[in-house]
Amino acid sequence: MGFLDFFRSHQTFSFGGIHPLEHKELTASLPIRRLPFAPELAVLLAQHRGAPAVPIVKVGQEVVRGEPIARAAGFVSVPMHAPATGVVRAIDLCATAEGPKAEAIFIKVYEAATQAVLYDAPVDVEAMSPDEIVLAVQDAGLVGLGGAAFPSHVKLKPPKDKVIETVVVNGCECEPYLTCDHRIMLEKTDHMLRGVRIALKATGAKRAMIGVEDNKLDAVQAIAAKLPADGTITVHAVETKYPQGAEKMLIDSLLGKQVPSGGLPADIGVAVFNVGTLAQIGELLPRGRGLIERVVTVSGPGVERPGNYLVPVGTPIRFLLEHVGTKSDANEVILGGPMMGMSVASIDVPVTKAMSGIVVYEKDHADQKHRFVFPCIKCARCVEACPMHLNPSMLGQLARKRQYDVMEQQFNLNDCFECGCCAYVCPSNIPLTQYFRIAKAINREQKIEAAKDKK
Amino acid sequence: MLSRQPVEIRTSPHLKKAQSVEDIMRNVVYALLPICAWAVWQFGISALVLIVVTVATCVGTEAFLARLQGKGGTVGDWSVTITGILLALTLPPGFPLWMAVVAGVVAVGLGKMLFGGIGYNVMNPALIGRAFVQAAFPVAITTWTPAFAPGRFTELIPSTLALPFMRPAPVGEWIAGLKIDAFTGATPLAIQKFDHVETGTLDLFMGSVPGSAGETSALLILLCGLYLAARRMMDWRIPLAVFAGALAVAVPLWLANPAVYPSPGFVLFSGGLMLGAMFMATDMVASPVTPLGVILYGLLIGVVTVVIRLFGGLNEGVMYAILLANALSPLISDWTQPRVFGARRQGRWFARKPEGP
Repeated sequence: MGFLDFFRSHQTFSFGGIHPLEHKELTASLPIRRLPFAPELAVLLAQHRGAPAVPIVKVGQEVVRGEPIARAAGFVSVPMHAPATGVVRAIDLCATAEGPKAEAIFIKVYEAATQAVLYDAPVDVEAMSPDEIVLAVQDAGLVGLGGAAFPSHVKLKPPKDKVIETVVVNGCECEPYLTCDHRIMLEKTDHMLRGVRIALKATGAKRAMIGVEDNKLDAVQAIAAKLPADGTITVHAVETKYPQGAEKMLIDSLLGKQVPSGGLPADIGVAVFNVGTLAQIGELLPRGRGLIERVVTVSGPGVERPGNYLVPVGTPIRFLLEHVGTKSDANEVILGGPMMGMSVASIDVPVTKAMSGIVVYEKDHADQKHRFVFPCIKCARCVEACPMHLNPSMLGQLARKRQYDVMEQQFNLNDCFECGCCAYVCPSNIPLTQYFRIAKAINREQKIEAAKDKK
Repeated sequence: MLSRQPVEIRTSPHLKKAQSVEDIMRNVVYALLPICAWAVWQFGISALVLIVVTVATCVGTEAFLARLQGKGGTVGDWSVTITGILLALTLPPGFPLWMAVVAGVVAVGLGKMLFGGIGYNVMNPALIGRAFVQAAFPVAITTWTPAFAPGRFTELIPSTLALPFMRPAPVGEWIAGLKIDAFTGATPLAIQKFDHVETGTLDLFMGSVPGSAGETSALLILLCGLYLAARRMMDWRIPLAVFAGALAVAVPLWLANPAVYPSPGFVLFSGGLMLGAMFMATDMVASPVTPLGVILYGLLIGVVTVVIRLFGGLNEGVMYAILLANALSPLISDWTQPRVFGARRQGRWFARKPEGP
C-alpha cells in the first residue's frame, strides 16, 4: 500500500456526513459488460431537467442506431437519439419511475440488425470554438449522468457575468453499492480526460480538479498516470464520506469554498461535471455521435449476478433485471443509490440517461426491517450529520406541526438537498427526509396558488 | 421472481443506521449498573432496596399512565428505567421508601408523562422527582448515613422502613451505635461550606465518603461516562463544559482566598457534580441540540452549581442548576441555530427577513 498511501488524503467537507456500509465490493472489480438489446425500447422525451424533447420521427419510420429521433425544445433541453436500429412502433404515454405517465418514443428493435453505430459525423474538436463545443454537447444529448440529469451544455456556458475558473470533476460516487463511475474511471480514463480538456476549453477555466473518494485509490492511480504534464488537470483523493459526491460538498472539500446558500457553483466560479458525463463527452464529441447508452450498476442483496452493465437508454428495467436475475424474495427495486434513489412501484419503466444504478433488496433484509417511530429525543445526531449544517431535529418537529412556512423562512428548509443523512442516523426512526420533501412540495404549491391569486 | 411479490415502496434513504432509541437507553442503563453496585457495596442493602423501589415505582407509573393515555407500552424503551435508577442514586441511602415512592410517581407522572412521555419532557424527570421531595421532606433528604457501616449487608438503615406519612425513625442513635469515629452526619460539601474543612480529594475521587447513594465515587462515574462517550451514546461536550463552567468560577475564588473557598479538585469531585454532569445534564431530551448550544448549556450548569454552593443557602446546587439549564435549553437552541452551509451572514440575529408580503 506504500505507493497508494501517497494519495491518501483527508480533504473533506466542513460539516456532517455519515459512513454507511459501502457494499461496493459486490461490483467494484467487475468490468463493464454489454447487455443484449431488449425487443422494444422506450425513449422518454423528458429524461432531463428542462423542456421535453420534440419528436422528429413518425410512427412506422425506420431509425438507425445513433440517429436523432427528437430535437431539443430550447436552450435548456437536449435531443434524443435512437438507441438501436429498428422501427418506431408508437409515440405514446409510458410509465415512468416518478409515477405520472410521460411521452416516449417506442422503438421495436430489429433482431437481425448489426447494431453498429452507423450514424456519426466525425469532427475535429481541437478546431472548434467554445460556442461550437457547447452546441455539439447539446446535439449529443448529454445530461449530468450522476443523477441530476441537468443538460451539460448549460453548465458549459455560464451566464455572461460569471467566470468559470475551475472545473471540478466528480468521481466520488459516494452512494453505497454504485460502482459505475469507478469502472468508468478505470476503463475509460482516456475518454474522461479528453472530456475534461473539452470542458476546460468550453468554459475557459484555467484548471480542472478531479475528486475521487479514497476508497477508489486504484482509479486515482489510473488517472494520475495519464494526466497531462502541464498541471492544468489534477486528481485528488478525498475522504470516503457520504455525501462527498454532492457538488456543494465536493467543491468545499477540494477548494475550501462554500457555494452561497440558494446559489449555484457558477457563483463562485466553479462548474461541476460527473466523470461519466465527461467520459461520454470525450467519447461522443469527436465522432459527432449522440448519447444512446450508459453504464448502470445493478447490485444489491436481491440480485443474482450483480455487475456494471452498458445499457441502451430506454431498456425496460424488467428486461434488465431478468438478465441479471433476481432472487425469489426480491421485493424492492431502487433506481439510483440507496441513500437518494427512489423505489419504484413497477419495473416496467425504461432506463433513463441519469440512472446510475439499480439496487434490489430482498424481503426481510436488515435494512428493510419495519421500525417503530419514537418521538424526537433531541439527541442531536441529525444536527451533527447534516452536511448543510441545518437543524433537522427542529425542522422535523415543525413538520409534524405543519409549520412549513416557518421551516422555510427561519430554518433554511430550502438548503436541504435531501441527502438522507438525518434520517439515516435518527435513533427514533423519524422519516425526516420525507418530511422535508413533503414540506418543500407543499411550499411550492402554495407559492403557485399565491401567484394565481395575485393575478 | 419479482413480479409475484408485493413490491415495497419506501422513501429514501433506504439505509438505516442500526442504533435505535432502545439501544441508547439500554446502554445508559448498563453504564449506571456499576454505580448502583458501588452504592450497594458502600451503603448496604438499604441502597439496594431504595434502587429497586424507585425503579419499580417509575416503571409502574409510566406503564399505568401510558395505559390511561391509550398508548402502547413505552416501558420497553428503557428510558424510564434510567429515570428510576438516577432518582435512587440522587437520594440519601437511608431515604424512607414511602418518600421514594412519592418521588418516583412525581418524577415520571409530573416530569415526563404529563408532557407526553419520552421526547417531550422539558426537564430531567429524575431531578423533578428529587426537587419535589427536597421541598416536601427537607429533613429526610439531608439525613446522611456513614459509608461502610458495619453490618450494612444484614440490616437496613432504620429510616428506610418508615411508615407512610410517619416521621422516619431518627438515625442519630443508630449511627452512634455504630461507633464510627468522626462521623458528623454531614457531607463533605456541608463540612467545607460551614466549617471550611476540605475532605481529601483522593477520598472524594474514590468515593469513601457519605453522600447520596450514587454520587460518591467520582472515579467510577467518570469511567461509566467514558464508556457511554466512547460508544457515542452521550454528548461528551456537555460534561466537559460543566466542569469548565464550575472551574471558571471556583478557580479565581480559590486563588484569591484558599482558606475559605474550596480547591478546584474538591469542586469537581464532591457532591453530585460528577453524576449530574455525566448522567443528568446529558439527558438528550432536555439538552440543546445545537453544537454551540450544548457548550453554553454545560457552562451554565457549571457556573450556577458553584455559585449556589458557595453563595447560596444550600450546600449543593447541581440539581437546581441542571433544572434551570433544562428550562433554558429550548431558548439556547433557538439562539444558537447553526450557521447554514454557504450562509452569507452569521447566526439568527442577522437572519434574513421572511420574504413575501
